[in-house]
Amino acid sequence: MAVIEQLTQDFLRTKKLPHIWCPGCGNGIVTAALVRAIERSGYDQKDVVIVSGIGCSSRAAGYLNFNTLHTTHGRALAFATGLKMARPELKLFVIMGDGDCSAIGGNHFIHSARRNIDLNAVIVNNHIYGMTGGQHSPLTPTGKKATTAPRGTLERPFDLLELARGAGATFGAKGIAAQPRQLEQLILRGANHRGFSVVEALSPCPIAYGRRNKLGGAVEMLRDMKENSISVERAANMEETELVDKTITGVLFSIDAPEYAEEYYRSIGKEIG
Amino acid sequence: MPETKPVLMQGNEACAVGAISAGVRFYAGYPITPSTEVAEQMAARLPDIGGVFIQMEDEIASMAAVIGASIGGMRTLTATSGPGFSLKQENLGYAIMAEIPCVVVNVQRMGPSTGVPTAPAQGDVMQARWGTHGDHPIIVFSPASVYETYYLTIAAVNLSQKLRQPVILLLDEVIGHMREKVEIPEAGKLIVEKSSDKVPSDWKPYDEKGLTPLVPFGFGHYYHVTGLFHDQYGFPTGDPPQVERALDRLHNKLEKYRDEIVLTNYIGHKEPRVAIVTYGCVVRSARAVVKKAYWQNRLPVGLLSLQTIWPFPDREIEALAKQVDVILVPEMNRGQLVGEVERYARGEAKVIPVNRYDGEMISPDQISEALGRWLS
Repeated sequence: MAVIEQLTQDFLRTKKLPHIWCPGCGNGIVTAALVRAIERSGYDQKDVVIVSGIGCSSRAAGYLNFNTLHTTHGRALAFATGLKMARPELKLFVIMGDGDCSAIGGNHFIHSARRNIDLNAVIVNNHIYGMTGGQHSPLTPTGKKATTAPRGTLERPFDLLELARGAGATFGAKGIAAQPRQLEQLILRGANHRGFSVVEALSPCPIAYGRRNKLGGAVEMLRDMKENSISVERAANMEETELVDKTITGVLFSIDAPEYAEEYYRSIGKEIG
Repeated sequence: MPETKPVLMQGNEACAVGAISAGVRFYAGYPITPSTEVAEQMAARLPDIGGVFIQMEDEIASMAAVIGASIGGMRTLTATSGPGFSLKQENLGYAIMAEIPCVVVNVQRMGPSTGVPTAPAQGDVMQARWGTHGDHPIIVFSPASVYETYYLTIAAVNLSQKLRQPVILLLDEVIGHMREKVEIPEAGKLIVEKSSDKVPSDWKPYDEKGLTPLVPFGFGHYYHVTGLFHDQYGFPTGDPPQVERALDRLHNKLEKYRDEIVLTNYIGHKEPRVAIVTYGCVVRSARAVVKKAYWQNRLPVGLLSLQTIWPFPDREIEALAKQVDVILVPEMNRGQLVGEVERYARGEAKVIPVNRYDGEMISPDQISEALGRWLS
């Protein structure tokens, strides 16, 4: 308890609370996991920067007591790329929602992955555009309803981590809001990884997604999330048929490859730091 | 005076050289005709002086990266042309709102849309003013020569830093690609005006008392930067009085430093009857006309060239209109800045547009012809 209180004092802007998130939203769980991961990373507070886009989860930046940069819709990674190249010693965490990252920000996402620039992307995936009231995103599962897909979306969703891997990202992990300790661990491992790291965090949105799709309230959504997930270690020993519609959690890939900012500064004969 | 040596240089190159002289150490961009040489020059020069060049995935990202690097404490610039300038508008508005300095170069080409990519035009005058949404202020310079490009780039960088306000350098294809002899101060000399380095302990990023220098990220001031309306610490607000104050703040800083921002130059007769008002490459044709009409033939003619087109030189036009009967406004568009000239002439002088929009430069003959009509 004492540790949590200390974290709250240091890393949260308590005067900015209460937050704007709806009851049952998973953004708070993911934000808390991020804060604990930053604490465990041992980074100096002044070296940590939180960058975010536009959307519900991106409002987290305003509540975190670091240098915080709340950018434009989809562009967080592009802002972060400029900042990282200017100040490679800084530790950047980039919070994005599913629509923010994979629709309007899709181009910046794949190119950040391609460069393998040392940014830690934390994508809060609630399968919906929450702030605008529930439109389908590129991560909404086929058939699920949204205000802009009242009969269920016909579109197929991205597999975000496969997309990241294909584009050149060197670290990819998936966690769920129902397992915050694992999520914290995954964000920490992403932070320790040198290169572009992607942590996708599944998060419930009972108001704009769950209600319309009859998925129950926050408790039911979290319970289903947990029941439908399997760790990557356990999944390794299971048949493919057993894994249909399951969420595989854990570190899905971790690859060693040259990191862009470091390569750039080496190429011009300058030390980072 | 710093030592100078004459060199033959293109406008786009002068822009890059000026930027580096003014301390720019970060460039993010995307290739587009006719601005690409700015990027190529920066790619060649920045690594040697410890700077960062990065080619981004698109124009939107270039603008974002430049803002990110500025928040990291670097002086930054990006260059583009018409279609790319359209894409930059989103984050240009962000930089205005969040008060992040940066310089955006638009080497205008013939539009709309893809247009004639290699032909000059001045079709982006109003886009430069109003391209990004919202009731924002903007600073736009429009050089008429390679040397003007050099020094206005330096002025743009310094002013941008001082006011924490993006500055647009509106070139055109003629100025960008033309080669001229210029006298550039010896390489390596920095022409940097430093805004105050001292940060008071009670520093606020958007101090209600007025302008404060930007303290880059990473120095222990845990402030918030957002495109939302914000209070003096950077945190979002929707409170009507605060919103109004914040918008006034953006405009007031330009009004306060108006005389440093608005640059114009008059040549010609002391008591002109007909004046030409123009900007960018058209100044060159207009100058040829005034040379002949005034210097050779002593006709009552003058030329007011506008290095700054936004904020619009309202007082200068007001004063000029009281002196003359007619103001000619030649532009390489169907008439954009002429509307502003008319507005501030306030009926004191007749304002006559002279336009060309076929992708070719306005010739001295076209202006002479109009001038002849109004002198007789």
